[in-house]
Amino acid sequence: MRYFTEDHEWIDVDGAIGTVGITDYAQGQLGDIVFVDVPAEGRQLSKGDEAAVVESVKAASDVYTPVSGTVLEGNAALADQPDLVNSDADGEGWFFRITLSDESELEELMDEAAYEAFVAKL
Amino acid sequence: MSDAETLLNVEDAPEDQEEPQLLPLDAWHRAHGGRMVPFAGYIMPVQYEGIMAEHLWVRESAGLFDVSHMGQLVLTGEGVDRALEAVLPGDIQGLGVNRMRYSLLLNDEGGVLDDLMITRRASTDEDGHPGTELYMVVNGATKYDDIGYLLETLSDDVTINLQDEQALLAVQGPKAVATVARLVPGVDSLVFMTAGAFDWNGTPLWISRSGYTGEDGLEISVPAEAVAAFADALLAQPEIRPIGLGARDSLRLEAGLPLYGHDLDPETTPVMADLGFALAKKRREAADFAGAARILAERESGPAVQRVGLLVTGRQPVREGASVVDADGAVIGRVTSGGFAPTLGGAIAMAYVPTDLAAPGTGVRLVQRGKVHEAVVAAMPFVPHRYVRQGAK
Repeated sequence: MRYFTEDHEWIDVDGAIGTVGITDYAQGQLGDIVFVDVPAEGRQLSKGDEAAVVESVKAASDVYTPVSGTVLEGNAALADQPDLVNSDADGEGWFFRITLSDESELEELMDEAAYEAFVAKL
Repeated sequence: MSDAETLLNVEDAPEDQEEPQLLPLDAWHRAHGGRMVPFAGYIMPVQYEGIMAEHLWVRESAGLFDVSHMGQLVLTGEGVDRALEAVLPGDIQGLGVNRMRYSLLLNDEGGVLDDLMITRRASTDEDGHPGTELYMVVNGATKYDDIGYLLETLSDDVTINLQDEQALLAVQGPKAVATVARLVPGVDSLVFMTAGAFDWNGTPLWISRSGYTGEDGLEISVPAEAVAAFADALLAQPEIRPIGLGARDSLRLEAGLPLYGHDLDPETTPVMADLGFALAKKRREAADFAGAARILAERESGPAVQRVGLLVTGRQPVREGASVVDADGAVIGRVTSGGFAPTLGGAIAMAYVPTDLAAPGTGVRLVQRGKVHEAVVAAMPFVPHRYVRQGAK
């Protein structure tokens, strides 16, 4: 199941483990991505914390974690290929994996249909 | 994710400013997929297909830029060149017809109020007598302040005409001149920093071989009512693609060219900005321009701080506003421009640092959002200029 935030992050949840990225809409708004700073394994995050930094040619943006938990791993591939976020934001361009500490937080997020409706109004 | 605002549009649009104005090509930009943002009081395209692709296209082929936000001024009147020398440190009296110079508008403290291009060209006065006038292109965000300052400084004999009925295009890149020459025969006779009057299907054009990318290219003043048709004709050439402000910024950064309001401001002098080439020898000897005492003293004994280029270790851009710190973490300088350099595949910046740290090869430390970045002072331009100069043709 995939959930979305109003800040254009997505999270795929499988059991107690989530994979977080930014949406295709977000990468399109950012433009060419030249650098991504992902969180280190073991980092404790609370929902809404600044978890990663994504830099396009134009600007730096923070990526917030959609849920609280402990970082399992950052996507090491982005160090050399930050443009994976442009070419495959929904897949290979994921940012980090996290062990959820409070699955009830997912209830506050949007499903895909709700996110699409949200983006359509922007 | 935080809002992906462009850094480009932040500082050039003061909050108290009126609604941004539309350029003559506004509809044209939208029709060609331009992503429009406010900049320098105008709504302008920041990108079309993407900054990286546009940047690389200009380096290998040719790009079309709309720079109609810039101020095109025509100054006329007896002794206008001598009068302008009070506030410009260049040899304006010695400027030949169809020759252009880069110059700096100075305040009494020697601070830079604007940077500009000035060209002498033939004109006819109202009685039909041949003479010359001075054509100046100044920054969009500063043009009204520049006019006010010039009106204050120059005598009543001088007339300043803001040509707001003229659009301004730039075509830049190694294939720019040969491609435009297909539409406008003869432009390839120009060399770097010369200009002339041309014609396209009955539309008068004023064209100079100059630009802001480090590449060979042209800047073309065209009547606003004809600019969409002319831009269409340019874009019909397969070598030419439209380029937005984003790539304009990364191209000029690689070329080591300062951006007014960022790398230059009224607190900086030409010497601090490492623009000593704009101080003509004759004018230095006469020492008769605004701020000359301070500027010449700085030239003699060195400024306290100086604009330098920086190669930043790693890929992460270090942008305007980052600090330069010493070994103890004390702030000793500031980054005034910075970003990812598509041609180089790494991060570069311009910064003001103490003069004893300004030699190429010197390591410096930068701090941005609490994170330390290592950098090395590098000679500019970062990417070599490819201007076509007199004698090189």
